[in-house]
Amino acid sequence: MITKLKMTTFVAAGALAFGAMAAAPASAESLTVVSWGGAYTKSQVEAYHKPFTKKTGIEILSENYSGGLAEIKAQVEAGSVKWDVVDVELSDAVRGCDEGLLEQIDPSILPPAPDGTPAADDFIDGSIFDCAVGSIVWSTIYAYDKSKFSGAMPTTMADFFDTKKFPGKRGMRKSPKANLEMALIADGVPNSKVYELLATPAGVDRAFKKLDTIKDSVVWWEAGAQPPQLLADGEVAMTTAYNGRIFNAIASENKPFDIVWDGQVFDLDLFVVVKGAPNKKAAMDFIAFATGTQPLADQASWISYGPVRKSSTPLIGKHAEAGIDMVPHMPTAPANFKTAIQNDFEFWADRQDELNNRFNSWLAN
Amino acid sequence: MSELLTTVDGRPLKAALASAERTKRIRAVLLVMPLFIFIFFSFLYPIALMLYRSVENPLIAQHMPNTVAILENWDGKEVPGEEAFAALAKDLVTAREAREIGKVATRLNFETPGLRSVITGSARSAGKWKPPYKEKFIDRRKEWGDLTTWVTIKRLSPTITSVNYLAAIDRQYNVDGEIQMIGSDYQIYVDLFMRTMWMSIVVTVSCLVLGFPIAYMLASLPLRHSNLLMILVLLPFWTSLLVRTTSWIVLLQTQGVLNDLMVWTGIINDAQRIQLIFNAQGTVIAMTQILLPFMVLPLYSVMKTIPPSYLRAAESLGAHRFLAFWRVYVPNTLPGVGAGCLLVFILAIGYYITPALVGGQDGQMISNMIAFHMQKSLNWGLAAALGGILLGGVVILYWLYNKLVGIDRLKLG
Repeated sequence: MITKLKMTTFVAAGALAFGAMAAAPASAESLTVVSWGGAYTKSQVEAYHKPFTKKTGIEILSENYSGGLAEIKAQVEAGSVKWDVVDVELSDAVRGCDEGLLEQIDPSILPPAPDGTPAADDFIDGSIFDCAVGSIVWSTIYAYDKSKFSGAMPTTMADFFDTKKFPGKRGMRKSPKANLEMALIADGVPNSKVYELLATPAGVDRAFKKLDTIKDSVVWWEAGAQPPQLLADGEVAMTTAYNGRIFNAIASENKPFDIVWDGQVFDLDLFVVVKGAPNKKAAMDFIAFATGTQPLADQASWISYGPVRKSSTPLIGKHAEAGIDMVPHMPTAPANFKTAIQNDFEFWADRQDELNNRFNSWLAN
Repeated sequence: MSELLTTVDGRPLKAALASAERTKRIRAVLLVMPLFIFIFFSFLYPIALMLYRSVENPLIAQHMPNTVAILENWDGKEVPGEEAFAALAKDLVTAREAREIGKVATRLNFETPGLRSVITGSARSAGKWKPPYKEKFIDRRKEWGDLTTWVTIKRLSPTITSVNYLAAIDRQYNVDGEIQMIGSDYQIYVDLFMRTMWMSIVVTVSCLVLGFPIAYMLASLPLRHSNLLMILVLLPFWTSLLVRTTSWIVLLQTQGVLNDLMVWTGIINDAQRIQLIFNAQGTVIAMTQILLPFMVLPLYSVMKTIPPSYLRAAESLGAHRFLAFWRVYVPNTLPGVGAGCLLVFILAIGYYITPALVGGQDGQMISNMIAFHMQKSLNWGLAAALGGILLGGVVILYWLYNKLVGIDRLKLG
């Protein structure tokens, strides 16, 4: 009798659980938005998610990932899509669109600027694509711990590669992207020639030769949260990093870090909708809302990534918690932008398989 | 002729026995059925799928049917003529409309870097062109006048391909269709397989050297002491892998506990801090600690069954303590040693998280490359081929073990 009773309970519980599982995706009142975590996701939650939920009543589930298209591809190919909106890098947005992993986004859903400028003119050039809408400009820069050096502080990209003048370990992202560009810039190549040179075997050799000079002092990182940690632990004296992460460590944790903007490699982050997303309509609404003038400006008051809308820039104020004036910390601030170089997504989409191989082989030997 | 044996109710005994057996057999099959179904869907089927993925190559044949058909009779000596370019234009336009062009371009780009933008760029323009096409294609992108481009397309036309396995051992076809090594700047997998083997052997030997005395002590101490010590083996065993790996980072990093201690005691000065982690030795240290229980437990369970009287007998017959230990005790522990080594080695060879976290540049293992191709480059075919080779290695090892020791002597507890 007892066994029977237990069995019934078990079956009932199972049925309930199954029912709950089946019911969850059917509700249109929730949306899964996936981003990179940490201070960056926090800025998005504050500036986009909360106001959007307040306005529409649609609940937003925030998930983290570490970039790339693997999860999106797996979900689409398995036919069980869980994610709606994903925050991706430019090269992944273009590639995902080419491979049919993403929904097309109609640019007419994007609202105009407050003064009536149509969205197409308000967004900076090259930030609206077939399947993706840009939200921020971010940058790979290098930063150092001010307390580690006495006297002259590093100011140029060449200083990063100069372990004689500035002794200590270096942190770098474990990927050829941005590292090769920075190596060439440090080697004296003018910005306009960097990708031209990288397209030739001699240019690639030159970049790796420059990387050779500091290979033994490099600590490699993979996630955006690692470089500020490496700096704080004293594991490295300087590290390449995403500018917002370093800013966050300075603003929220009072770390004695400083950013060197010379030779920054800037890039876009964009919103995409996964092909066959369960809440496609809400996903489109969310993207239209989040890339509006005010939310983009609000986001920039939580972390120092530049908004892609021109009309947002005048609305950026002070950091929401630390009260720091945000505009001078944007990658696009004129003083920071002088020697900036834009990540060439066409180049990387074409050559990343080859260069990743070469990089991995170089790393292992 | 003897009389046929029957049961009480008159049935022939043989038939009654057979039917009873059959019921039993059906019941037994039904009992293992859930397990079998589970194993099939969670283990055998995915492995078969992976092996299939390492050789399947449907994209080109599917989305460039006209070009493939024409290239079938092409000798591959020089760039094909107008006919092939017309077929190409037709295929590119169709594939672009179906939004499949990106997949085709990505697949070709794995073989010949740069082809992605050649394909997608030409596909954008091809819709507006009128024949003849050849000149226009070569005008748009000079790669179309290059033999390599066409050889790549032809090579990837069959739906079953070996290029992934070739790539997984640092080899490729050249323009003449011969297999050759890839450039030395790009070679990585053979070295990585070797290093994975080597590091797994080092970890296995370290585990054996460290684990044998521990297991011996646990097995020979009185139960109330050994139970207490057993906790010390089991506690880390039950602790999350991630927690243990990150604790090693805290301990071993250059600003970490161990280095601080050495600086504080004056063994080294501040400038001489030793790099203990984010390299191969860091990986070996962390993996040895994590895999140690997998060595200790089988050893302990075997040692527990060896009667202490054997050793006493040997000693009473005049053997030196060490000789008795070596000639009597050690051979008895061999099933445990074999089981422990096999378990640790096979676990080590596929290790992923620990090398990823503490491996730095020279402490990576082959599974990190597999993960890389699964997650970053999306070259799932190559990832499957690397996995297939790894699987083959483990199967060979298992076969070797069975030949040398015998799998029936494997004792896990």
